[in-house]
Amino acid sequence: MVTATALEAELLELAGSVPDPELPVITLRELGVVRAVHIRGADSVEVELTPTYTGCPAVEAMSLDIERVLHDHGVREVTVRRVLTPAWSTDDISAEGRRKLREFGIAPPRERHASGPVSLELGPTRTTDGEPDPVRCPHCGSADTELLSRFSSTACKALRRCLSCREPFDHFKEL
Amino acid sequence: MTTPTTVPLTAALALGDDALVLSHRLGEWAGHAPVLEEEVALANIALDLLGQARVLLSMAGDEDELAYLREERAFRNLQLVEQPNGDFAHTIARQLYFSTYQHLLYAELAAGEGPFAPLAAKAVKETAYHRDHAEQWTLRLGDGTEAAHERMQRACAALWRFTGEMFRPVEGLDVDGERMESAWLASVGEVLGRATLTVPEGPRSGAWTAGAGRQGLHTEPFGRMLAEMQHLHRSHPGASW
Repeated sequence: MVTATALEAELLELAGSVPDPELPVITLRELGVVRAVHIRGADSVEVELTPTYTGCPAVEAMSLDIERVLHDHGVREVTVRRVLTPAWSTDDISAEGRRKLREFGIAPPRERHASGPVSLELGPTRTTDGEPDPVRCPHCGSADTELLSRFSSTACKALRRCLSCREPFDHFKEL
Repeated sequence: MTTPTTVPLTAALALGDDALVLSHRLGEWAGHAPVLEEEVALANIALDLLGQARVLLSMAGDEDELAYLREERAFRNLQLVEQPNGDFAHTIARQLYFSTYQHLLYAELAAGEGPFAPLAAKAVKETAYHRDHAEQWTLRLGDGTEAAHERMQRACAALWRFTGEMFRPVEGLDVDGERMESAWLASVGEVLGRATLTVPEGPRSGAWTAGAGRQGLHTEPFGRMLAEMQHLHRSHPGASW
């Protein structure tokens, strides 16, 4: 299907309005995981959903929520299809999504500069003022923050600490 | 997703079983890891692997049936991934060996256009984190106290004989095993060198080494691991949350 119809656009808007089950401040559209909605017949639609991480356990909750919203809108049959290509990247999170994450206390991912596989070099674990692209504390805005753990409450986040206000915070790590 | 008719079943099972079995082993650390951050890290890595396993096993058939209802001899995972966690150094050595291999493998698959390319393109980024995690711990333990150094050296040596199996050909897996093996040796050797550890001696393949997991022959601890992994599903067939 080359162009989406007006109805598909409307349903895509609806499916995208579902809040993320783990980070309810942002919607699936802002997270960039709802790829498309295709009408497959009378009262039947297919939604393309891409996972952030292959093992993201929230995908099932997302699928159920999407089905519920579209059922409530009068669509009888909803199929949520998991798509892996093109692979999701944190660059797919919208500017509005990034703003909401920061407001929620999660440092948003920085823009990725290089494409391709993630570098295997150990990056610096601390960022400071004057750096071109530091990880800023979502609470006080300081650039002086350090990594506590590359893994945090969910697969997509790392745990950091602000060295100015001393608060720990989650950082949505670049992928 | 790719249609079942074009999926190389042997390869999907081999890679899926590697991910599933290592995921279960790492999950055994929950509640036992040395620090909270490490518990979370190992559980996160296990979750990534479980996600990969679900995609791969679903390509080969019904994921639940394959995970919970196969006998030991039907599993096609490497013997390396089924090795018990041992002390923390053993877990890290196993992670270093396996994640370095998996990263090379997925990078190569992601660059191609085969049935594993979509998964590999995602998973290669995840495994980069796993490898980075293993590397950091290898450096910290190897270049750490005398006791840590000694344990890390012992762990690297104990698992060395399981590493040759990773590069044997798998039906339907379109990768250059020899090239991957030399890249793996260079990469692991470089990390061990920086960690002041010596690259273990001894064969990695041949008559006196391990490595027939891909043919369904497994080491003794695997049966007990499977019993634990499968018993709930087998005791309560069809149960759901």
